[in-house]
Amino acid sequence: MNIALVEYGAGNLPSVERALARLGVESHRASKPEELAGCDALILPGVGHFGALMRSLGERSLVEPLRNAVAQGTPLLGICLGLQAMFATSDEAPGDAGLALFPQKVSALPAVDRLPHMGWNQLRRAQPSKLLERVPEDAYFYFAHSYAALDAGDAGVAYCDHCGSFVAVVEQKNVFATQFHPEKSGPVGAQILTNFLRQADTQARQAGLPGRQAGGSA
Amino acid sequence: MSLAHRIIPCLDTDGERVVKGVNFVNLRDAGDPAALAARYNIEGADELVVLDIAASRDHRPTFLETIRRVAAELAIPLTAGGGVANVDEGRAILRAGADKLTVNTAAIRNPALLTALAAEFGSQAVVLAIDAKRVGDHWEAFVRGGSVPTGIDAIEWARQGVDRGAGEILITSMDKDGTRSGFDCPLTAAISRAVSVPVIASGGADTPDTFLEVFREGRADAALAASIFHDSIQGLGALKKYLGEQGVSVRQSA
Repeated sequence: MNIALVEYGAGNLPSVERALARLGVESHRASKPEELAGCDALILPGVGHFGALMRSLGERSLVEPLRNAVAQGTPLLGICLGLQAMFATSDEAPGDAGLALFPQKVSALPAVDRLPHMGWNQLRRAQPSKLLERVPEDAYFYFAHSYAALDAGDAGVAYCDHCGSFVAVVEQKNVFATQFHPEKSGPVGAQILTNFLRQADTQARQAGLPGRQAGGSA
Repeated sequence: MSLAHRIIPCLDTDGERVVKGVNFVNLRDAGDPAALAARYNIEGADELVVLDIAASRDHRPTFLETIRRVAAELAIPLTAGGGVANVDEGRAILRAGADKLTVNTAAIRNPALLTALAAEFGSQAVVLAIDAKRVGDHWEAFVRGGSVPTGIDAIEWARQGVDRGAGEILITSMDKDGTRSGFDCPLTAAISRAVSVPVIASGGADTPDTFLEVFREGRADAALAASIFHDSIQGLGALKKYLGEQGVSVRQSA
């Protein structure tokens, strides 16, 4: 499979690369618009600031190519800030538009509990999830963030409770994302990456068959 | 469902090898950092901290290579630090594979460093490490590996550090460090009350009950220990099983 990590100057690419390598999967980095086309799957990792991420994508002219790749059915996995970037806007950078794959916004978590939300937490599942297949209900995942989407409509498949409820996993057709870091979440995190790759493989094969619509998830 | 209390093994290194000592002195070799990291990753550590306690400029390339070797073994978060004095040094440590940085001496000398690091990497990547010692009726912050008093109140410094951008506090009790007599619960609780960010307690770890105490009485979000894990005095799996049985939220080892 041809798997590209979107490189935009920040983000923790090496840890995602190592996590994929442990699964025996090779990946490469894509930092130019033309490199986003023709991939079997894209991964958008992210740490840091929403505005910095969107400005970096903008400076590299990657925003439209990313949106186009998704529209054409390329499976995309967003991680942490990569999930937040899929939304329309964020409280963290009110002037910067997100990728707007989802119309909702990213909010600052209210300071009810300790912030940043840092460490291992469990999920509350709301809908059947491809990413969470074969993952125990009580599994813990590693989070490190102070902002989150509180709502993702039908795309919100799992939530987490800290400073209130927020979206932990989104899935819609070929778009997948986790607010936690699967690459830092031990064996259950590896299962999430495996599940994404399996979905990407299925969708890529479906897209390659005549008469099948690209990006149609089974 | 709630955030798990973290158990964090700490690798104090001379840049290259794990070392240990009591009250920051009498250091001796305790093994290869990457080998220990691989072991703790499998045994169920929630995070790993690797520190360069020598923190000399000359050793920096060696320490960065150590971070790379350690990070390669981990599917859990890694925090690294020791002598970080500016944004470029912080970036080098994160690029080598750490998820978070610790800063200590340089932040006391120049508190604006915390703001600069948080602006560049986000507060979630900035851990303010404070070495505190009881002096009279309060705790004083010490720097340079705990050798130099600052006259600064440790609790007040924690509060200021968070205002400046630190996203987590690593509080080490110098009175307890290396003594295996239990964590400093009053100090940890005082820090925990003073700040809104997560607090990691360090110094004095011993039996599973000492961890239970620092989570309950010390109100710690995480507890860090070195030699009891390195010397296999305490297994991570057994410790977490015990804490779970006592009603503490922990991530059980796989």
